[in-house]
Amino acid sequence: QKVSVEVLDQLEHLALVDFRDSEGVERLQKAIQFADQLQEVNTDGVEPMDSVLEDRWCLYLREDDVTEGNCTKELLDNAREKVEEYFVAPPGNIPLPTLEERETFLQGS
Amino acid sequence: AALKQGLRSQVSAALKEGRVTPTELCQRCLALIRSTKFLNAYITVAEETALKQAEESEERYKRGQPLGILDGIPIAVKDNFNTTGIETTCASNMLKGYISPYNATVVQKLLDRGAVLLGKTNLDEFAMGSGSTDGVFGPVRNPWSYSKQYKEKCVPESHSENEESNWVITGGSSGGSAAAVSSFTCFAALGSDTGGSTRNPAAHCGVVGLKPTYGLISRHGLIPLVNSMDVPGILTRCVDDAAVLLGSLAGHDPKDSTTIQDDFKPFELPNLTDVSKLSIGIPKEYHAPGLSSEILTLWSKAADLFRNAGAKVVEVSLPHTRYSIVCYHVLCTAEVASNMARFDGLEYGHRSDMKDSTESMYAATRREGFNDVVRGRILSGNYFLLKQNYEKYFVKAQKVRRLIANDFVKVFRSGVDILLTPTTLSDAALYTEFIQEDNRTRSAQDDVLTQAANMAGLPAINVPTALSERGLPVGLQFIGRSFQEKQLLTVAKWFEKQVQFPVIQLEEVKRHDSGVFQHQKSASFS
Repeated sequence: QKVSVEVLDQLEHLALVDFRDSEGVERLQKAIQFADQLQEVNTDGVEPMDSVLEDRWCLYLREDDVTEGNCTKELLDNAREKVEEYFVAPPGNIPLPTLEERETFLQGS
Repeated sequence: AALKQGLRSQVSAALKEGRVTPTELCQRCLALIRSTKFLNAYITVAEETALKQAEESEERYKRGQPLGILDGIPIAVKDNFNTTGIETTCASNMLKGYISPYNATVVQKLLDRGAVLLGKTNLDEFAMGSGSTDGVFGPVRNPWSYSKQYKEKCVPESHSENEESNWVITGGSSGGSAAAVSSFTCFAALGSDTGGSTRNPAAHCGVVGLKPTYGLISRHGLIPLVNSMDVPGILTRCVDDAAVLLGSLAGHDPKDSTTIQDDFKPFELPNLTDVSKLSIGIPKEYHAPGLSSEILTLWSKAADLFRNAGAKVVEVSLPHTRYSIVCYHVLCTAEVASNMARFDGLEYGHRSDMKDSTESMYAATRREGFNDVVRGRILSGNYFLLKQNYEKYFVKAQKVRRLIANDFVKVFRSGVDILLTPTTLSDAALYTEFIQEDNRTRSAQDDVLTQAANMAGLPAINVPTALSERGLPVGLQFIGRSFQEKQLLTVAKWFEKQVQFPVIQLEEVKRHDSGVFQHQKSASFS
């Protein structure tokens, strides 16, 4: 079954990337179809595997010692917009425009 | 040629004895890079810093105090490893112009041992692909396209047409690194391997490609694709060299908590003469649909080689092999969706001019910065991670992953030491043919034989085996037990010696052959 426009819209919101064109949507459809093959495998009683190192190692906590840092200048060097020691972002708390209002291929689907 | 020889046998000795100096070596490599520019293997050539490193190395040799076997050796690094002061782009618009403030741990380790960093090599954008064709700097050309061996087999057509449309891909995503090693512009290169990205181009370019056990080599500074599967990969011209590189790179890194804490002891590979105690497993499911008859024959011959030498060769089964690629597809896109979230234009990389809101700026930045392949995987990954899909796809894939890993455990427990499989389904494709299918389809096809080793975290290596009917390299893959790289490489070295893979005959390389290098016909060095 095809993915609904609502879900496609939701994905664009979550991922903050766009489908761009019908090829993009088709790509997703094919990816889902491909992934559906997993349903053929019997996984009763099988635990999900997070890491291949699960037997060998427990994620350890190290001592809370400062070992490096003080590289403010180097880090700011790579940012395009900054003021003093701040990264500058456009206003937050403004949601991405809705389907009807933003420039998206999904409009009118 | 000293360039064609192994690190240990000739070049390191030559450096030590002063028969060649690090600066000469560096200049030769830089000149060769310039004359093989059409391969598009390098994104950035760090000429100034490389020469400086070579000069410092020369000083050390003069004082009789080289840092070790890698001192003065030219190497190349895939452009998804952070390198201080040198652009790191991941072949993406998102990171064009990004100059990292730090070195990846593996890069730092190489520099600390005196290696000379020649430059950053080309790849598929963000290491997503199996052709090294989908980066913003264009595709990488397989050096073998220009070899005497390939040209001899080409159907004669008009010469100018031939050159431009007859070139084959390197495979990917570490195609630039493979091409760099294959064309003699460096002695070793770093790649990365998430689904086969080091072994696949190694097979197509006729070089050794090692994927170490997950957790052995630090990923700190390797721009992540799939945190639970990524490993730095090693590309060299012979197995001994791979062991040398491994020795320099492996070991716990406090900056990468997924590296194991056990002490790693670098090793020298013994010259195995008696294989009668070895048990080689041949997984029948690796006779995958689409496997060329040529490779099937080669695989069979290899099995016979072991059998005739006295090893036990048995057919084994890894029943979940055919779901491996599907499982990978889900887990990979899911982790990619998460890992790519960091690219928002705020702290580094490309930033859009859009100013209306944070979210719209992020969206525009990512729209401008990522190519179709990357965007496609992010969107697929997000789909599989949606609340309503999470159990059905992501958790399900994690369960299948355990089944795949268990398949290997069972086989190794049954007494098999090493698995022998093909690395790729066929020899390298013509670029014009390869691009007829989209990236996802190609990756799904090409990763089939390599990516289960990433699922299970096992070490695996491609060893160049023979030339195909088209005159192109074909390799075979050995998969070993977790953290048993010594055994894996020992067997690989034995095999390498048996098959005597031919040296590539490249016009450009011959032209740079002068007093410094003596010509050698065979690729075996003892």
